[in-house]
Amino acid sequence: MTKLTHLTIKAALEGLKKKEFTASELVGAHIAASESARHLNCYITETFDSARAQAKEADARYAAGKALPLDGIPIAMKDLFCTEGVQTTAASNILRGFVPPYESTVSGKMKADGLISMGKANLDEFAMGSSNTTSAFGNVINPWKRKGDNRDLVPGGSSGGSAAAVAARIAMGATGTDTGGSIRQPAAFCGIAGIKPTYGRCSRFGVVAFASSLDQPGSFARTVEDNALLLRSMAGYDPKDSTSVNVPVPDYAAACGGSIKGLRVGVPKEYRVEGTNAEILALWDKGVEMLKDAGAEIVEVSLPHTKYALETYYVIAPAECSSNLARYDGVRFGQRSAGENLIETYENTRAEGFGREVKRRILIGTYVLSAGYYDAYYNQARRVRKLIWQDFIDAYQKCDVLLTPTAPTPAFAIGENTQDPVTMYLNDIFTIPASMAGMPGMGVPVGLSADGLPLGLQLIGKPFEEETLFKAGHALELAAKFDALPQLLAA
Amino acid sequence: MSGIIKGATGDWEMVIGLEIHAQVLSETKLFSGASAAFGAAPNAQVSPVDAGMPGMLPVINSVCVEKAVRTGLGLNSVINLESVFERKNYFYPDLPQGYQISQYEKPIVGNGEIEIDLPDGTVKTIGIERLHLEQDAGKSLHDQHPQKSFVDLNRSGNPLMEIVSKPDLRTPEEAAAYVTKVRAIVRYLDTCDGNMDEGSMRCDVNVSVRRAGAPFGTRCEIKNVNSVRFVQMAVESEARRQVDVIEAGGTIVQETRLFDPKTGTTRSMRSKEDAHDYRYFPDPDLLPLTLEPDFIEAIKKTLPELPDAKKKRFIAMGLSPYDASVLTSERERAEFFEKAANGNDPKLAANWLTNELLGALNKAEKDLSDSPVRAEQLGGLVALIADNTISGKIAKEVFAEMWESGKDAAAIVEEKGLKQVTDTGAIEKLVDEVLAENADKVAEYRSGKDKLFGFFVGQIMKKSGGKMNPAMVNDLLTSKLKG
Repeated sequence: MTKLTHLTIKAALEGLKKKEFTASELVGAHIAASESARHLNCYITETFDSARAQAKEADARYAAGKALPLDGIPIAMKDLFCTEGVQTTAASNILRGFVPPYESTVSGKMKADGLISMGKANLDEFAMGSSNTTSAFGNVINPWKRKGDNRDLVPGGSSGGSAAAVAARIAMGATGTDTGGSIRQPAAFCGIAGIKPTYGRCSRFGVVAFASSLDQPGSFARTVEDNALLLRSMAGYDPKDSTSVNVPVPDYAAACGGSIKGLRVGVPKEYRVEGTNAEILALWDKGVEMLKDAGAEIVEVSLPHTKYALETYYVIAPAECSSNLARYDGVRFGQRSAGENLIETYENTRAEGFGREVKRRILIGTYVLSAGYYDAYYNQARRVRKLIWQDFIDAYQKCDVLLTPTAPTPAFAIGENTQDPVTMYLNDIFTIPASMAGMPGMGVPVGLSADGLPLGLQLIGKPFEEETLFKAGHALELAAKFDALPQLLAA
Repeated sequence: MSGIIKGATGDWEMVIGLEIHAQVLSETKLFSGASAAFGAAPNAQVSPVDAGMPGMLPVINSVCVEKAVRTGLGLNSVINLESVFERKNYFYPDLPQGYQISQYEKPIVGNGEIEIDLPDGTVKTIGIERLHLEQDAGKSLHDQHPQKSFVDLNRSGNPLMEIVSKPDLRTPEEAAAYVTKVRAIVRYLDTCDGNMDEGSMRCDVNVSVRRAGAPFGTRCEIKNVNSVRFVQMAVESEARRQVDVIEAGGTIVQETRLFDPKTGTTRSMRSKEDAHDYRYFPDPDLLPLTLEPDFIEAIKKTLPELPDAKKKRFIAMGLSPYDASVLTSERERAEFFEKAANGNDPKLAANWLTNELLGALNKAEKDLSDSPVRAEQLGGLVALIADNTISGKIAKEVFAEMWESGKDAAAIVEEKGLKQVTDTGAIEKLVDEVLAENADKVAEYRSGKDKLFGFFVGQIMKKSGGKMNPAMVNDLLTSKLKG
């Protein structure tokens, strides 16, 4: 029998149903794996005890024939989701020790379906970063290594802990949030699949906000179909989130395996940007061929405003973050660094509580919203954002789904890209346009670089047509046969 | 008081605009399910949304939207089918989110106008600039501890309508009449209780001065003026201050000022240079608020008769414009009047309400809602006067007894035997008696001393205990004395 930690969620559910093993054994195996992989620093807060207790309850339900849809499956919960009674930090010192008295809608729905959280996964502070090196709780280490190079690599970000946990087989799936690529890019860096659904598909209630008009919960798993199972549990209208959309949640897993004959796959010419790794461009061509072979029709499309997406994102996202993070003032919860008076208390609290990257974005955001600069930056960015959205709508006249690279490079070493923030920001160049337009995007692992690192491709779909993504993603996955294991496990 | 300030260099005109913050009558807050009631223990009515906890999201309260539209219609204003909530960003401990959710560029209600009633009986039209919905902040308490300030978040997130007038007001009286009228309208509409002493209605007053016909001067904004009287005082003293500054060679600096009710003057709070840059931007947690025309039409159908319409109807019923405006200035008064006048002579009922009852309440410092005499009871009294059961004079006695005992007029009249005598025979008998007892005075009267008529009436009334119908006494006496 395959090691329990190497099973897919789908296979594990079958095994549990057939009583080949118990949920306690499944969870126990993942706890053991987590303990031996602690150096990866995937979790900020481990919740192994409650995971064991929940596994027992799941076993009782299996015994009674009353199992929940995803009963007993161990997952990692990004520490941006508020969890009742469990510390929630957003990887920031300003929230160190904060225990919310409420549960996020998404984590609550997952719990209700029987999913078991192994711990709160590490991330970039307030989800701001592309390498999981801005966390106040330390870097997350990618379980993959370059051939012949022992340097620790980043798992990508911001959902680095989630992606690394799934790749390292210490969790079968994980939640993430994606604002500009925070699910898709780490999925690519860690050789797993991940989906950021349409903006409004999953509730943001109880998710610590970074940039409200962009933030969207989504999932990680090692297969496309496992993602389908997780997303079905997470998605749905929530009256507590005014931006969530009231459309029914289909059975995404049913879409996996369907034929893509006649599916029109758009290849946007503007994504062939300078500076992109040649291996990734070659992989992209390979991906196009794979889908073509599976019966898809390939069309070239144009997204002419792509080149403005990154700049626009770095106006809109910081603007919203500067306002969203104003509540961390040391008055009611979290960190307080008392000063002689109110202003000093604010200054000390925020100076000590926030890290460099968060401060940088608060400053950028405050600047672009301030009188005199507002029109030139914020309003201009909003106008361009509409054009970016229109690009997608126009492209979807000609195609059903887009295929692009996910990230311009494979995972890099910790410290490699940190001198210049703009180089770091460029990591999200392929993921940001879909975020700006609210479109769903999926990352699928497709191949390895010459030095042995996973490379992924991105599928971008029409609003609320995640089923098409699952269908195309599944076809790509079948063709790519990505089965490489990170060095951590191969060793 | 008038709108003209006599300065050393000539006359100055006041220009006044008001921003009224009216708390929407709603069980719950604008964006959370916590109670919006007044008077709870500190921090007893705070949901995680109101406390600005991480991950919490606002959800618009549809009752507040409905009431804002209702108020907009009552202010004869345009209802905007699309409006946008924006964030007004600033740091303060009683502002938990670090921003206030308000409406800025696209308010729910646009231009309109209302009529105000001035003390001289004239009416003036005042423009409404806009009405927007916004959430209230919490309250900082600085007097609870020698070193610390406390924060009470009960008020945080309470629903407010900010009603902004055009700068159409020219005198302190007009400003007062405007506040009174807006308060009456929201009370009629049941969209705000209008209680200024509990803070559910608060005013910011904008004042500038100019030479008649000149462009507007620089204005100052006086914050949180919390009674109609204080509005008048604040306008008066601020305009005077501005004239003094200008005439002393200075210039008015645009600034925010505070009114001190103790001294009746304003003082500087912060100047424009220190003003916050609020960095307004559309709240990404809330979609634009879109209304269906049918929704507005449905609200229109439920609008009650408003003060101006009611006033016109009361005048048509025979009331003087003054009485009609006194009685419609408050919804409660109008309702009281309509109950008291039901089936009665409206003018008589209005007289008894405005002169006797409101007078007595005023003297006793009581509100109409605490009146010992209920509307139906006052109506009963008026009915007894109208059908000649009692005279107006007896009625005053009966009213005093009603005020004390709370009994109905008819019962008091019955108990005390105050029923007016209208039996011609009985009156004639008494007239004859009095004339017989005063034969000398009768002779004097008949020889031309007309003034003695009153003496006879007095004697008759005295003997009857005031119960004789005065008109009948007059008639009989006249004919007998002629005889």
